[in-house]
Amino acid sequence: MKKIEAIIRKTKFDEVKEALLNSDINWFEYHDVHGIGQSRQDRIYRGVVYSTDIIERVAITIVCRDIFVEPTVDVILKTAQTGEVGDGRIFVSDVIDTWSIRTGEHGDTVLRDKK
Amino acid sequence: MAGILLDITPVVEEAKDFVNGLDTMWVLLGAMLVFWMQPGFALVEAGLTRAKNTANILMKNFCDFMCGSVLYWIAGFSIMYGVGNGFVGWDGFFFIGSDSNVPAEATFIFQTVFCATAATIVSGAMAERTKFSMYFVYSMVISLIIYPIEGHWSWGGGWLSELGFHDFAGSTVVHLCGGVLALAGALVLGPRIGKYSSDGKSKAIPGHNLTLCALGVFCLWVGWFGFNPCSTVAATGYDNATSMSHVFVTTNMAAVTGGIAALLYTWLVDGKPSLSMVCNGVLAGLVGITAGCDCVPIWAAAVIGVVTSVLMCFSVSFLDKKCHIDDPVGAVSVHGVGGIIGTILTGVFCDSAINGVEASIGVQTLGALAVAAFAFVLGLGVFLLIKKTHGLRVEKRIEEEGLDIYEHGEACYN
Repeated sequence: MKKIEAIIRKTKFDEVKEALLNSDINWFEYHDVHGIGQSRQDRIYRGVVYSTDIIERVAITIVCRDIFVEPTVDVILKTAQTGEVGDGRIFVSDVIDTWSIRTGEHGDTVLRDKK
Repeated sequence: MAGILLDITPVVEEAKDFVNGLDTMWVLLGAMLVFWMQPGFALVEAGLTRAKNTANILMKNFCDFMCGSVLYWIAGFSIMYGVGNGFVGWDGFFFIGSDSNVPAEATFIFQTVFCATAATIVSGAMAERTKFSMYFVYSMVISLIIYPIEGHWSWGGGWLSELGFHDFAGSTVVHLCGGVLALAGALVLGPRIGKYSSDGKSKAIPGHNLTLCALGVFCLWVGWFGFNPCSTVAATGYDNATSMSHVFVTTNMAAVTGGIAALLYTWLVDGKPSLSMVCNGVLAGLVGITAGCDCVPIWAAAVIGVVTSVLMCFSVSFLDKKCHIDDPVGAVSVHGVGGIIGTILTGVFCDSAINGVEASIGVQTLGALAVAAFAFVLGLGVFLLIKKTHGLRVEKRIEEEGLDIYEHGEACYN
């Protein structure tokens, strides 16, 4: 089992969501994240110029069986890309075990196929 | 022949009743509309400050109105409108008034909401760092002493009215008074933590919700249609009808030109048209026209809106960047600068053909400066006294984490 974490543009979230649901993924979590990076934007508030270094992105977390990692990453790469700096990152890491709270079973059979 | 001469006394009586009824309706409608400025102030101030202090600033707005209403009833109204000398009125405590074209109580409630308006201007300038208990003390002083005394000078038959000072609805009496007290408060308090960097550069502390701010300005705008036109305190007869219609037009004209001026000013100077400054611009125009809304031509109202608004924009930058006086909502610039400029411009543009009002630049300037000096000195005294005895400002930790939790035990957003 692997965990895929992708930090993507907020504007790309809807496209990525649709694409993921149309592939083999039947559940994922997402949350709004604030990052600090190199890009800055000048803003003006009541005549005072200030610069913001806070970058808003959406983080998507997917846990899936090993065979689904490559197609899922492909889907995200294809849909979340604009080609501009700041498109985001995808991280893949190992997951040791998974439990289903309802049935108590564990192992990668918990992550069922969609169909 | 004698039989044809009808006794018309009952008809006259009936007509008088009708006149009094209509005038009273107008004054009470005005009281309602001016009360509507309270939510306006509350929303503007809440919107332009941070989320962690929202309950506190809303509470201060409630406090100003509640405190003001009670104290104005106990003594404020008597000091302002009671018979006395040129400086202060002194009779009829616990509101003993006399009926005029409207019942005494109609006049009383109309003046009460005006008093509360003056009081509530200050809370924005002192936002995010003042001890609530001490704000309460200040609120009592303005409603009981400062506003009624200077109000007596212009509106209660005092020395300024003897000189021919013209302040129709309160550019000086209400707004300038509130504005200079705001200045005194902000000055004594000092800037919020983090407002200025160690090398003296001004930093932006954006307000948490511009929707609230914009809604507040629209509320105030509506309220001003009571504040100014209803200050005719009479609605019957063609003279009053033309007068109040004219006031409606001039009031709106100054508001819109004030807004446009702020829009263009920020666009040209800062590179982007700023919503929060347009909000202030509309208010500056409204404050400016309040003194002369009954006696200046419409074109002059437009000029007053532009001039007060541009000077207000300039003042916001000047106070912030040069003087390091931290006024989170721009109350000093809107009400103080707008009030003094509007009062003086009334002397410049007053046209006696419109409502038979005469106003000279000299007396207008004298009146505005006298009220400003009186309110500022008294305000400074009160705030310094509080600072020395009990402390005016909250502790550092409370300021950093928000006044809502520490001062009131309840947060605005959960």
